[in-house]
Amino acid sequence: MTNSRTILICSGKGGVGKTTLTANLGIALAGQGARTVVLDADFGLRNLDLLLGLENRIVFTAQEVLAETCRLDQALVKHKQEPNLALLPAGNPRMLEWLKPEDMQTIVGMLSERFDYVLIDCPAGIEDGFKNAVAAAKEAIVITTPEVSAVRDADRVIGLLNTNGVSPVQLVLNRVRPKMMANQEMLAVDDVTDILALPLLGLVLEDEQVIVSTNRGEPLTLNGHASPAAKAYGNIARRLQGEDIPLMDPAKSGRRGIRARVRQLMQTKIF
Amino acid sequence: MTLQDLIDKILRRQPASATTARERLQLVLAHDRSDLSPETLDQMRREIFEVVAKYVDIDLEEGDVSLETEDRVTALVANLPIRRSMATSSQD
Repeated sequence: MTNSRTILICSGKGGVGKTTLTANLGIALAGQGARTVVLDADFGLRNLDLLLGLENRIVFTAQEVLAETCRLDQALVKHKQEPNLALLPAGNPRMLEWLKPEDMQTIVGMLSERFDYVLIDCPAGIEDGFKNAVAAAKEAIVITTPEVSAVRDADRVIGLLNTNGVSPVQLVLNRVRPKMMANQEMLAVDDVTDILALPLLGLVLEDEQVIVSTNRGEPLTLNGHASPAAKAYGNIARRLQGEDIPLMDPAKSGRRGIRARVRQLMQTKIF
Repeated sequence: MTLQDLIDKILRRQPASATTARERLQLVLAHDRSDLSPETLDQMRREIFEVVAKYVDIDLEEGDVSLETEDRVTALVANLPIRRSMATSSQD
């Protein structure tokens, strides 16, 4: 499969939404007809199985595939409701002791023969786990939140992606709170894209439904959920597929009351 | 400067936290990207001043050497106001 795309989903900082994005994007791409596999490259702290609700159906993992004690199709866990999506689970944390960048390349090479999209859920940090995952990726999505620590860590990761020749690298801004942005109490979308100098692939609003969906192990994109985050994930998948879908403006989706208008007036440059 | 900045200044109020966040980030990223610690930068600043002071009379109080970043390119920017050139001063 020469048209297969291998996309690394990474952030540097932990807890900003890598795994949630991987799960939702996987379901959304599969729902749009693309043969998709999600690969959990976070061998130390795996969670992708849990977010997809597949934790009880794992028999073999990437570990057995590499050791050639099982075939690839035995390790792949197909999603029940979304048969276009498969998960290749992370192996035992002890794999970290011997796993090499070439091993990740081997796995991804096998997957890209069968799937249109290989999404790699990258571990947090910039150590060995990250380096292994980067070695196998062709393009990347960096996800961050509008917070100083997350943006700083994203910047480090972007630097490493650039030196490793990963391209294109696109940005997803997660947990956006329009009201706080309108009140200048949260970094604006332009602030983050200017600082990181990356094209914006999507904006995801802070959404309680994300927590509800992880409780159930049913990603928001699974049942055509109407919540803001579900729509955002769906749009990200469409943009990845090349569709031209305009980005929403959080300043407009936020409260347009008198206070927000005054705030905007206050931001007018006077000299 | 925005209207908000002006009002903040008059009222001696803290700027909105998003502004503070942006400024702090730009500074810390300039250091991260150049791999220069504040101490090294300070040392370099002093040495640059010494060299320049050999040729022109610079205002050390107003002078500044800092890192600025735009589009992932970090530049070292020196702003060294000249009091008067050595040549003129020697004619005095």
